Amino acid sequence: MLDLNTKKIKKNAYRITKVRGETASRIRIPGGLLTADLLPKIQEIAETYGNGRIHLTTRQGFEIPGIRYEDMDAVNTLLQPIIDQLEINQAIPGKGYTASGTRNVSACIGSNTCPFANYNTTDFAKKMEKEIFPNDLHFKVAFTGCANDCIKTRMHDFGIIGMTEPQYDKDRCVNCQACVKACKKKSVDALSVENYKIVRDAAKCVGCGECVINCPTRAWTRSTKKYYRLVIMGRTGKRNPRLAEDYLVWTDEAAIIKIVKNTYKFVKEYIDTTAPGGKEHIGYIIDRVGFKEFEKRALDGVEFDEKTIVKGPVYWGGPHYD
Amino acid sequence: MGYQINKTKMNTLFTDLLENYTIYAPKRFVGGGTFADTDCIRYGEISTLEEIEFSEKSDYSFKEVLLPISETLFYFTEAVIKESDPPPKEAIVFLRSCDLHSLNRLDTIYLKNGPVDPYYKRLRDHTHFILMGCENTFENCFCVSMGTNLSTNYDAYIKVTAEDVLIDSHWNLLDQALANSQPFTVVPDSVSINKISVEIPESIPQSVFDSTLWDDYTTRCIACGRCNFVCPTCTCFTMQDLFYSDNGKAGERRRVWASCQVDGYTDVAGGHAFRENKGQRMRFKVMHKISDYKKRFDTQMCTGCGRCDDICPEYISFSNCINKVNALVKEENR
Repeated sequence: MLDLNTKKIKKNAYRITKVRGETASRIRIPGGLLTADLLPKIQEIAETYGNGRIHLTTRQGFEIPGIRYEDMDAVNTLLQPIIDQLEINQAIPGKGYTASGTRNVSACIGSNTCPFANYNTTDFAKKMEKEIFPNDLHFKVAFTGCANDCIKTRMHDFGIIGMTEPQYDKDRCVNCQACVKACKKKSVDALSVENYKIVRDAAKCVGCGECVINCPTRAWTRSTKKYYRLVIMGRTGKRNPRLAEDYLVWTDEAAIIKIVKNTYKFVKEYIDTTAPGGKEHIGYIIDRVGFKEFEKRALDGVEFDEKTIVKGPVYWGGPHYD
Repeated sequence: MGYQINKTKMNTLFTDLLENYTIYAPKRFVGGGTFADTDCIRYGEISTLEEIEFSEKSDYSFKEVLLPISETLFYFTEAVIKESDPPPKEAIVFLRSCDLHSLNRLDTIYLKNGPVDPYYKRLRDHTHFILMGCENTFENCFCVSMGTNLSTNYDAYIKVTAEDVLIDSHWNLLDQALANSQPFTVVPDSVSINKISVEIPESIPQSVFDSTLWDDYTTRCIACGRCNFVCPTCTCFTMQDLFYSDNGKAGERRRVWASCQVDGYTDVAGGHAFRENKGQRMRFKVMHKISDYKKRFDTQMCTGCGRCDDICPEYISFSNCINKVNALVKEENR
């Protein structure tokens, strides 16, 4: 006779499935990057304790279905080398994942591979994972290399979009206008020509880096400092799905990490404890508490880069079905 | 004369030279590449040996020292014209053998092809050249095929070893500065084999102009001009006359690098561009490099540095194109 504490099981990153007696194990892959030697370990779990199938989750993790609840301890043992190698924070070694609320921190392929990426999304995602996991509050954080937003950060609580501040060396410019054409056709038309040299409309520029990528003479290069657009409180769901809106533009790594960590404190204080399963989503808490209170807490101790533009108070759109 | 000195002494020598010379060398611009966290190796001013990038081929050639990418020739206001001042110091340029051969191509175009170009000459006459050796070929190099792998007409050759600096000087100034140093026989490193080789036809018949060979490039080439801008032997420029925006009566004339691959190169009065097709632009460039220049000046223009192949974002290979032309000519001659 199974006698299970479903709340503990879910916190341990196992799912209560529709099949009586069967669970599924979720494997975190922060930044969506792993070395191939981990795949046989995942295969072993699926073939030994699961039904031989592996689901690729939307958050770049693996989910192994068809596991008997009785086998969770054995699966946790097999998960350990994966947890170790991916350097996942863990309370008790050998006991699997300590939490599941804070979802796998996902990232587009980033500057390891993609020519458009303005930073190493995987590295930043791993750094964020280290800072916020294991935390069981329901947070979704995603990193994308450029404004194309392939990882769809705008459907996350916190979306980090890479930016570069283009640096122009007019003495290297031949007025070929590759940058002007790229900016006009692929980006926001922030460049114009004056006396055969390029003028960048800094207020319009989204820091996508197209000018840098398309410049044939290195007249355009990237800023040494990396910048980010922080978009907040996007979500899917029943009541009011919506895209995340800009909160900070031209911000930096330190400010983003601090704001996300501060938001955990904010949620702990304001979460509706009577909500089903004790779960209330951050975006709805902010809707309830008010943006200004959220902002006050989120910015506690945050220092902005001199270029940072704060786009508050933030208002969100999306359909309201309630 | 050959010398062996230690690195500290070399840097002291640099410090002394910097009083009267600006030293240009291939340098790593960290983060200066096209993509995030990539570097660019191009020419820049250096003051120590350590700043020179010896281990890799530079993405861009030395030519920007003698032909600045954007150079103000003179300033004008109402009835008065004033030429721009030449640099206050002479120049020293570190470069490899292929580039030293390319210098000859630049000289031919700017000094021996009709009237002497005074803006080139005033830089050229005050520049000294220091050869960097090549222990091994780099990717895409075909200097051996082009006969540019060896050079003797340098002012000095400098090689940095683990401990020391080896110098072969053809320059009195250095000989005097190194008079008390240990004499040493120094032979420049050079390659005798590349991974890439090309065969250029002795003469290329007119029929090649109309070959379908060029059609491939019509869709592949994006007309960015990188091949021209990195090329040590491309010398085309365009003129820009501009009036300062807050004073319409004063302005300047600049000359700026131009590219036969980039839109605008063949624009004529009335707005017509007579070489829109990118395959035809490729044909024009290739023919100039391996045929037209030679007809006029008796040497090949291309010096086989392979930078055009290194940089092309569309993976178009110039050396492969040469060999395609060669195969075509052989076929036609059969």
